[in-house]
Amino acid sequence: MADEPLILGIETSCDETGVGIVRGHTLLADALASSVEEHARFGGVVPEVASRAHLEAIVPTMDRALTEAGVTLADIDAIAVTSGPGLAGALLVGVAAAKGYAVAAEKPIYGVNHLAAHVAVDTLEHGPLPEPAIALLVSGGHSSLLLVDDLARGVTPLGATIDDAAGEAFDKVARLLGLPFPGGPPIDREARAGDAASIAFPRGLTAAKDLAAHRYDFSFSGLKTAVARWVEARQRAGEAVPVADVAASFQEAVCDVLTSKALAACRAQGIETLVIGGGVAANSRLRAMAEQRAEKYGIQVRVPRPKLCTDNGAMVAALGSHLVAAGVAPSRLDLPADSALPLTTVSV
Amino acid sequence: MLVLVVDSSTPAVTAALVEVSADGVASRAHRCTVDARAHGELLAPQVDAVLADADARPRDLAAIVAGLGPGPFTGLRVGLVTAATMGQVLNIPTYGVCSLDAIGYPAASGAPVLAASDARRKELYWAVYDGAGQRIVGPEVSAPAVAAARARELGATIAVGDGAHRYAEVLDLPVRVEPRYPDATVLALLAAERIRSGASSERLTPLYLRRPDAVAATGHKPVLP
Ligand SMILES: [Zn+2]
Repeated sequence: MADEPLILGIETSCDETGVGIVRGHTLLADALASSVEEHARFGGVVPEVASRAHLEAIVPTMDRALTEAGVTLADIDAIAVTSGPGLAGALLVGVAAAKGYAVAAEKPIYGVNHLAAHVAVDTLEHGPLPEPAIALLVSGGHSSLLLVDDLARGVTPLGATIDDAAGEAFDKVARLLGLPFPGGPPIDREARAGDAASIAFPRGLTAAKDLAAHRYDFSFSGLKTAVARWVEARQRAGEAVPVADVAASFQEAVCDVLTSKALAACRAQGIETLVIGGGVAANSRLRAMAEQRAEKYGIQVRVPRPKLCTDNGAMVAALGSHLVAAGVAPSRLDLPADSALPLTTVSV
Repeated sequence: MLVLVVDSSTPAVTAALVEVSADGVASRAHRCTVDARAHGELLAPQVDAVLADADARPRDLAAIVAGLGPGPFTGLRVGLVTAATMGQVLNIPTYGVCSLDAIGYPAASGAPVLAASDARRKELYWAVYDGAGQRIVGPEVSAPAVAAARARELGATIAVGDGAHRYAEVLDLPVRVEPRYPDATVLALLAAERIRSGASSERLTPLYLRRPDAVAATGHKPVLP
């Protein structure tokens, strides 16, 4: 499909510098530089460290993406960039870079929503997204449930976390268990050897009284505290902490809430497609549980491969490609980086 | 040779086009907006505007000069990433100049001068220049009183720059009104030899002078009483 537009995407909303290139729904390049190791000793992403790393990484990452795709910037039809939400200083490096590329190469620019990009990336793996769809986006920075009626023009937020993001809970529990940062992969690994039914950890905002006001919202702060209490009680009693069982039971509680609320949203709206994205979507239990439960209701679950779930440039390019195909007008050159960009704004 | 100059190290977001010839540097177009909170919004449209003002296309550029700071990090990075990405697309060299030099160099007139910009947190980014405009100390970041004491030791009789205006009382030196912010033509002038000789492109590393605010994670805080 050589006549489909060639779109470049730039992502710098957190600790990953990503440059992706797509043609239509075809992924041509997905180059990534991560500063995750620089943040590990701080137990979380340090915004200024991330911003400095983006500045150093953007030019070499762009070079790698262009080489991988076998194209030059002159060949590109439009440049898409994450304009928010995310870390303000980190976003600004990507937005300014995209503008530099756009001005120098005389190309249109699209400032796009990071969360909508997490949904759009699935089109690179599974083709056009049936609309409407429900999207569950879970990472260290966000936990949102959205109704996607028209990905090019607007998505409707149904619910979100009222305290910690799901990925944050993984990071905090991992630290509690002496596992490395980021916490998602090591907890997933440990949990495989554990008994998920061994400890009954709480499921936040699932009681009848909470459902009235927070039907599609999440809360992971109480769960995190419950895990901490449980682990501390064992330690104080001088007993060994069964890391695998704690990891499995914690992970089960998170996945249970996420999948039950996401599927409840699908059923309430009569929607047959659930897309899951964000770093936590790489969790093997979340994938398995979502598919198993969705099958009962005839709901199709779409989860891109793990590398496309975590933050990357390809997802931004995928959304840019979708916007261009839908005839959406480009952004102005004075587009801002907006750390609190609302979900209802797909492109600025 | 047509050269793009950008500086975002101070509240003055600057883009300019200059002509660098064998005998000098002449301004062709200049845009500057003073707004400490909108570097990201302002700079690229200003680059676009100076190109239009000079009736030039990006591909007409022969080099890019960027002020390396020091300056508040978030805004400073906007200028540097703009210069680096444009240089990459156009395959032209990029050169860095200490932004304070573009304040101190033009202000020097025989006697040493203290050039200072606002570093926030009640501190200054500063450097001291000799009578010919050569930087002799700095760039550094410190409290205004510390900068003033060092400048006086070095024989400075005058202060210049936005930081000098803001902290005139503490510095207790006469303040030269101009330039208040880095002068774009001077930035190009200070890189002119490199531009003319076709020196190899430089990596634009900000003069941060401060480490990131971050504390290493401490042990877990118990939740049980
Ligand atoms: Zn994300």
